[in-house]
Amino acid sequence: MSSREIEVILSRQLADSLSTPVFIVDTEGSLIFYNEPAEELLGLRYEETGVMLMAEWSSIFTPRDDHGNILPPEELPLVQTMTEQEPAHGEFWIKSLKGIKYKISVTSFPIMGRPNRFLGAIAIFWKIMEK
Amino acid sequence: MKITIWGCRGSMPSPGPEKNKYGGNTSCVQLEHNNSCIILDGGSGIQSLGKKLSPDISVVNILLTHLHIDHIMGLGYFQPFYNPNCTINIWGPAGSSESLTVRLRRYFSPPFFPVRLNELYAKINIIEINNSSFKIDDFVIKSEYLCHPGPTVGYRCELGESVVSYMPDHEPALGSSNFPYLSEWCSGYNIAKDADLLFHDGQYRNEEYDRRVGWGHCSMEDAIEFGSLSNVKKMVLFHHDPVNKDLDLETMLHQSAQNKTFDYELSLARENEVFEIN
Repeated sequence: MSSREIEVILSRQLADSLSTPVFIVDTEGSLIFYNEPAEELLGLRYEETGVMLMAEWSSIFTPRDDHGNILPPEELPLVQTMTEQEPAHGEFWIKSLKGIKYKISVTSFPIMGRPNRFLGAIAIFWKIMEK
Repeated sequence: MKITIWGCRGSMPSPGPEKNKYGGNTSCVQLEHNNSCIILDGGSGIQSLGKKLSPDISVVNILLTHLHIDHIMGLGYFQPFYNPNCTINIWGPAGSSESLTVRLRRYFSPPFFPVRLNELYAKINIIEINNSSFKIDDFVIKSEYLCHPGPTVGYRCELGESVVSYMPDHEPALGSSNFPYLSEWCSGYNIAKDADLLFHDGQYRNEEYDRRVGWGHCSMEDAIEFGSLSNVKKMVLFHHDPVNKDLDLETMLHQSAQNKTFDYELSLARENEVFEIN
């Protein structure tokens, strides 16, 4: 299999060494890597799922707003980043595949290689502790 | 295709009687086919190459992997730059902000060098590349960014079915997940895959590399693993550390290879060595 761009390879290396949950998607929006902290949050392991298409990852965790309404994919920060090639941020609820609900904060930004090549996007998650 | 090594030392020129066998000049490799002259990097070795070229040569292509000084330090002493009848195409990696021309001008300006880029006699074209594919005469050249500090590419030079790959400064283990087993996540794999001849970084011993992770170079052992992953037919270890004498290099190679299983030819790059690939 061909290798991915060095910027994407190094993004994965960074994600792999963080204790913050991280998603990496390619230019098509396919989820090509998520790290161990993301595995815990989502309730599934990367080795078990492999690459996931955008249509799948944007709905499988049933993202909802504070009122319990399902969020359409276009309201998710990572989908917005893929569409606009700009950073995005949002807070919403997800339900892990183990049935646990979390409120998360998500910041996503495009991976722009030299010279201004759009190579995909990274999303960093933060679990919000509800008081 | 004829391939000649004009310099294979890393970091800085290091001549001396104890380095006569592998040489002290920094990175420069020439590819020749019919009337094509492709030069990979402009290290100090390019000075000798320039003297050997015919004064009638009209077009030269210089492919720079990156602009660290050991890869460009010979450019100002390359005779065709002072030939008004010669066209020199300089190919090199695009950066994030400054153009390749601006970055090259830093070298071609005082106090580093007395002659400015626009004062050279030859007609000079500067072409930025990234993950690119382009043609030079009968050659198809592919470039791709590699794991090495600053904008750095490797080159894959294809002539018909023959492939020569050049990645003198490369740290494949740094960014790769599960190195050396996953080609999808390994820097440089696309450039090296199935090459007939791969010139690859092999600067350090394992214990040296452990203290220099992130410096952009690799151990001979990692290079050997990368050669196996890439399924090359021959690998020539390049970018010899300037402190290592001929005997040191041979000892390193012996120690690095003895515990590895690989099924390709492996050798140390040697200045003035010539390869023929049909």
